[in-house]
Amino acid sequence: MTKSIIIAGSGGQGIMLIGKVLAQAAMDDAKFVTWLPAYGAEVRGGTAHCMVIISDAEIGSPCVEKADVIIAMNQLSFNKFKNQLNEKGILIVNSSLAKVNSETKALKFPFTEIAINLGNIKVANMVALGALLGKKKIVPVKNIVNIIKQMAPADRPELITVNQAALNKGLEL
Amino acid sequence: MRQKSIKKILISGNEAIAEGAIRAGCTFYAGYPITPQNELIGYMAEHMQDRGGVFIQAESEVAAINMVYGAAATGVRAMTSSSSPGVSLKQEGISYIAGAELPVVIVNIMRGGPGLGNIWPGQSDYFQATRGGGHGDYRCIVLAPANVQECYDMMILAFNLADQYRNPVLILGDAMLGQMMEPLNTSTKFVIKNVDKSWALTGCKDRKPNIVKSFYMVKGDLEKFNLKLQKKYEALQAKEERWEEFLVKDAKLVLVAYGSMARIAKAAVKTLRLKGKKVGLIRPITLWPFPKQAFKKPKDKYLVVEMSYGQLIEDVKLSLSVNAQVGFIGRAGGGFPSEEEIIVKANKLYNG
Repeated sequence: MTKSIIIAGSGGQGIMLIGKVLAQAAMDDAKFVTWLPAYGAEVRGGTAHCMVIISDAEIGSPCVEKADVIIAMNQLSFNKFKNQLNEKGILIVNSSLAKVNSETKALKFPFTEIAINLGNIKVANMVALGALLGKKKIVPVKNIVNIIKQMAPADRPELITVNQAALNKGLEL
Repeated sequence: MRQKSIKKILISGNEAIAEGAIRAGCTFYAGYPITPQNELIGYMAEHMQDRGGVFIQAESEVAAINMVYGAAATGVRAMTSSSSPGVSLKQEGISYIAGAELPVVIVNIMRGGPGLGNIWPGQSDYFQATRGGGHGDYRCIVLAPANVQECYDMMILAFNLADQYRNPVLILGDAMLGQMMEPLNTSTKFVIKNVDKSWALTGCKDRKPNIVKSFYMVKGDLEKFNLKLQKKYEALQAKEERWEEFLVKDAKLVLVAYGSMARIAKAAVKTLRLKGKKVGLIRPITLWPFPKQAFKKPKDKYLVVEMSYGQLIEDVKLSLSVNAQVGFIGRAGGGFPSEEEIIVKANKLYNG
């Protein structure tokens, strides 16, 4: 089985990071995995996206043409990628920063608002990752928790708490 | 199929090349930043010094290749890296290094060209890499990894071959391979083959001075030297051809592709096989010396797949002793043939 995922947003939203977290969680689950970043020459404010492929078999192109999952964290990303979903795919949109037109089927959650309520706007990405895993068990949640623990700097344990809280909020959506 | 549970790390091709180089005994690195290989120079900046090496961010690509030229002349394992426009700038230095017969490793993470081009993947530097690139009759050994594991594993081969043949070795990757992250197993032990480097400039106290140069003013000397180079290249062609075959034995149509393009071609082969089509893949690993032996027993039909407009195909045709049908699909400038496009082209050729 192969799952292809596009995660898109603006520079600074932690797009690349949750792609890496997802990829690493899949690697820890003994899957084949590729993570491919793509960004324009611009960084802050521009769109950034990454493509993750998780598979039980060797992966050919790391480039995703039609995705099983798309997470769009802002309006530009939604506009850019909404048509790259395959028939049975799911589109998850950050409704805090993107309006979804009525003809597009999407799962809408206010990730940024939820993150602000958790006290750290930066964890909107982790809420989104939680939401994805709540809908599709692509990787074990415990792997994500372990990676959050490994990634947080030793002198900032509060980052583990808030990211875990964000992940759990997402899972509940 | 599940991968065995060996401890792996998630790392980009660029970083895997850098880590592989350090473990292969590279103690001198000089480079100048350029996308899409910045993770490589960044990794070197972070780790070289702590691990006993020298890292220099040079003022230009030209400076970097000449620093590497100097370092290699002293006998240390030296490397530089860049991407297409930067590698063009290095060509004068590479020619001098080939002329001075120095072991140096040069990495080219190719991007779209010509000119400043763009930062997306490309394979359009194939001719430059395999035909010498700079002035004079010389060749670089050219290795083409196709995944992150190979980016790492190939570095020990690169440095060992460079030392053994006293010849520059080029690692030819592309933006896709350099930027992509994949799981990497670093448990394989690298065996550094120590060769005699009595030619090196190490200070000539108590011995006759060594001279490292690419300059021959006495009439006839340069021709003699060129003949010596040609002998070396013949030996390389005879001994060092490397390639991978995938389902070639019973194939009626064989795809030919290298680097990240080969991954996509392989996926196309698997899909075509599921539909009962006898299709295989030859993936050149050494682009020079080109694996001519892989084409010794020619198949009826070939399809060359490139991220360029007809470069690899020339070597495929030169390697075929008979008139086989050779089809082509290629894109460049940042685009690459998709699995679907390859399948359409392959089906046409197969049924035609």
